[in-house]
Amino acid sequence: MTASWRTGESLENRPSVSDRSSTPEARRRADRARRLRRGLPGLGLVAPAAIVYGVFVLSPLVATIQYSFYDWNGITPGTWTGLDNYARLFTDKELFGSIVNAFQLILYFSVVPVTFGLIAAALIRKFGASRLAMVSRTVLFLPQVIPLVAAGIMWTWLMARDGAVNQFLRLIGLGGVTRSWLGDFNTALPAVGVIGAWVSLGLCMLLLLAGMTKIDPALFEAARLDGAGAIREFTAVTLPAVRQELGVAITITVISALRSFDIIYISTQGGPGNSTLVPGLEIYYLAFFQRAIGQASALAVALTIVVLAVVLPLNRLARGKEDS
Amino acid sequence: MSFIPTNRHAPGARRPAAVALGVAGLLALAACSPPGTTVDKATDTTAAATAAAAGGAPTCGSDPITLEAYVETGFPVFNDLAAEFSKQFPNVTFNTREDQFAVITANAPRVLVDSPPDLMRLPQVSELAKLGLLYNLDTYATAFGWDKWPSSQLEQMRVNADGQRGDGPLYAMGINFSMTGVFYNKELAAKIGMTEAPKTLDELDGYLAAAKAAGITPMAQFNGGATGGLAFPLQALMASYGSPSDINSWIYQKAGATIDTPENLAAAQHLDKWIKAGYFAEDINSMDYSQMMSRFIGGESLFIFDGDWESGNLDKQMAGKAGFFLMPPLKEGGQLGAMSAPLTYGISAKAKNPGCAAFFLNWVATNDTARTIDIQVGGSHPMGPSDAFMPAIDANSVTGQTLAAGAVVGQNNGSMDFIANATGAIYAKSWTPNLQKMFAGEQTPEGLLAAVQADYKAEIGG
Repeated sequence: MTASWRTGESLENRPSVSDRSSTPEARRRADRARRLRRGLPGLGLVAPAAIVYGVFVLSPLVATIQYSFYDWNGITPGTWTGLDNYARLFTDKELFGSIVNAFQLILYFSVVPVTFGLIAAALIRKFGASRLAMVSRTVLFLPQVIPLVAAGIMWTWLMARDGAVNQFLRLIGLGGVTRSWLGDFNTALPAVGVIGAWVSLGLCMLLLLAGMTKIDPALFEAARLDGAGAIREFTAVTLPAVRQELGVAITITVISALRSFDIIYISTQGGPGNSTLVPGLEIYYLAFFQRAIGQASALAVALTIVVLAVVLPLNRLARGKEDS
Repeated sequence: MSFIPTNRHAPGARRPAAVALGVAGLLALAACSPPGTTVDKATDTTAAATAAAAGGAPTCGSDPITLEAYVETGFPVFNDLAAEFSKQFPNVTFNTREDQFAVITANAPRVLVDSPPDLMRLPQVSELAKLGLLYNLDTYATAFGWDKWPSSQLEQMRVNADGQRGDGPLYAMGINFSMTGVFYNKELAAKIGMTEAPKTLDELDGYLAAAKAAGITPMAQFNGGATGGLAFPLQALMASYGSPSDINSWIYQKAGATIDTPENLAAAQHLDKWIKAGYFAEDINSMDYSQMMSRFIGGESLFIFDGDWESGNLDKQMAGKAGFFLMPPLKEGGQLGAMSAPLTYGISAKAKNPGCAAFFLNWVATNDTARTIDIQVGGSHPMGPSDAFMPAIDANSVTGQTLAAGAVVGQNNGSMDFIANATGAIYAKSWTPNLQKMFAGEQTPEGLLAAVQADYKAEIGG
C-alpha cells in the first residue's frame, strides 16, 4: 500500500542521469533537498488535519492523563496524588460496579444485534431484490437514523407503566409480568440493553449484508451442487466470507457498549440505585457534580485502556488469518 | 518502485520510536505544573461602587449599562423582573443567557471564572464561595439594610472560611424564597372523607390508608433517574420527628453533625412503612418530576410532596381543585417544618457591574411591582423585611395557601434547607440511589442513613 500511492509521484521526480553529481557528499545533499521538496506539499496537505487532530484529540488525551494523577476541583491548583485515583477504581464498589455494568452491556449492545443482524442479513440476501427485502432493510436500518436521544425518550415511554410494551403484554394475557421496566432493579439494565440492541441492529445488518453481496454466487451454486442445505451453506460459505465485516460490526458495537452514555443518560441516568451506572455516566457525575476532575480523568483513562484491551485482540482475531 | 529503499524508516522501526516519544512527552507533562489557576478578583471602579465603599448604597447610575445574566430556563420570573427593571431604569439592559439547572450546576465554577456574569442563578453556594468565585455581598447588605431582614432568609447564603454555611459573609441573594409541603387533590380527598388538612402525622397515615383502600393512588412521588423525590417526604418526616435546626446543621456542614440520628431513623422507618404499605405508585423508581406533575394534575394521585414554585401552575391547571398543607407534626400544635430555600442569585467575583447587580437584587425585594411579579409569576414569597408590601391574593388559591403556610413556618422557625443541598453530589450520588434501593426493598432505613452519612463524610473530608 505504501508503495502504490507513491508511484505516480515518483515517476515525475525520478532523477535523470545528468542530475547526478560526481562527489558522494553533493549527491547526499541533493538527495536530502529533493526529499524535502517532495515532502513539503505532503506536509502541507496533512497539516490542517494534523493540527485539528492534535488540538482536539491528542492534547485533551494528554491533559486527561495528566489530570488523572492529581486531586483537582477544576479551578484552583491541584495537588499531586500519584496513583491514588487509579487505586480507588478497584477499591470503590460504585466505580468498579460501573465497569462491570459496561461489560454486561456488551451482551445487549453487541452480541444480540450482531447475531440478529447476521440472521437478518442472510434472510434478506436470500430474498434478493424483492420488495420485502427492500422494506425490511429500510425498517431495520431506520433506528440508525434516529438521534439516540430521541430513541431513548421513545423507549422510556414504551417501557413505562402504561407504555406500549406493558399494554401488549396485558393483551396477550401476560399482565402478571408487567412492570415499570426501567425502574426495576432486575430489569433496568436489560431494558437499557434492549434500546441499545434496537439501535445497533440496523448497522450490523447493513454491514453484514454488504459483505454478503460481495460473495461470488458461483460459491453458493457449488455448495448446493455438493448437497449443502441452507444451514450448511450459511456456515461454510456465508460466514467465512463476512468474517471481516463481522469483525468491524463487533468492534463498533463493543466500543459503543463500553463507552455508552447517551441512551442511559436519557432513560435512567444510572438509576435505579446505580443499577445502570456505566463508566461514561460516572465520569460525567465525577467531573461535573463531585468536581473530582482527577478521579474522573483516571476513570476515563482506565476506560480507554479497557476499550483498547478488548477491541485490539478482537480486531486481530477478525483480520488474523487473511494477513498471514 | 525505486523509492521504496529510500524510505529508511520501516513502519516497524518507527513504532517504538513514536511510543517512546509519546511516553516521554506524557511524563514531561505529568511532571509539569499542576492544573488550575488562582482566581483574581476584579475591582469595581464605577461610581456606584465608590458610593458603596463610602457607606452609601450603590445604584445603576445614569450611563448606559448592560448586566450580563446567566439564568435558569423554563422559569419566566427572572426575565419578567428584568423587563420591569429596564422599564423603570431605561439605562440598564440585560444580556441574558439561559440553561437548564443541571447545566448551570455543571458549568458554575468555569462560567464564574471565564465569562463572569453580573447575575447568575446559583446551585449550592458553599463550594463556589470557598473557591473565591463569588462576590462578597456584605458591604451591600449593610448599605441596603439587608442585615435587618429576618436572618433566616439570608442564612443559607452565608458561608464561613471553612466552607460551612449558616454564618459568615453573604455570598448570594434570593429573588424570592420557596417552600415545600404537601399538595392534595380536593376531589379525591372528598371521596375518602378528607375535608380538612390533617393536623397530626397519624391523621395523615389514616388518609393514606383510606385512599389505598378506596383504590386511589395515595402518592405518585417522582423517584426516577438521578433525582430521588422520596427525599421530599423523608425530610418532611424528619422535621415531624426531630428539629429542623439539627437538620440544618448537617446541611450546613457544621462540625460533628450527622444525619444518622435516632429521630431521623424514626423518620426513615416511617417512610419505609409507607413504602411497604404500598402508599406510593408502584413505578416511582422510573417516574420523573414532570410525570409526577402530569399525574397529579390528571387526578391520578391524592398527595404529592412538592414546593410552592408550582402554586401558580396549579392555580391555572387545577383551579379550585388543589389544596396545600404543611407536613403535620407528631402531636397537634407541635413543631412544624418545611424545606425553604431562596431562589439563589449571585454575583461573580470578577463581575464588571457588581454594584448595579446588587441594586437590582435589592429592587426585587423592595419594589412593589417587583414583589407582585415575584408572587404572581414565581409563586413564592418575596425576600425582604417582614412588614413589606404584599399584593392581594385570593386566600383559597394554592398561591394564597402556600403564602399563608410560609408565614406560619416563619413564625415557627421551622424553615430548613433541602437535605439534597448538603454537598454538590450528595443528591445524585447518595440520597437518590439509596432511596431508590429502599423503595425496591434493597436498602433498610438504618442502611440508608449510614450510607448517606459515609458519602457525606467522604465528600467534605476529602
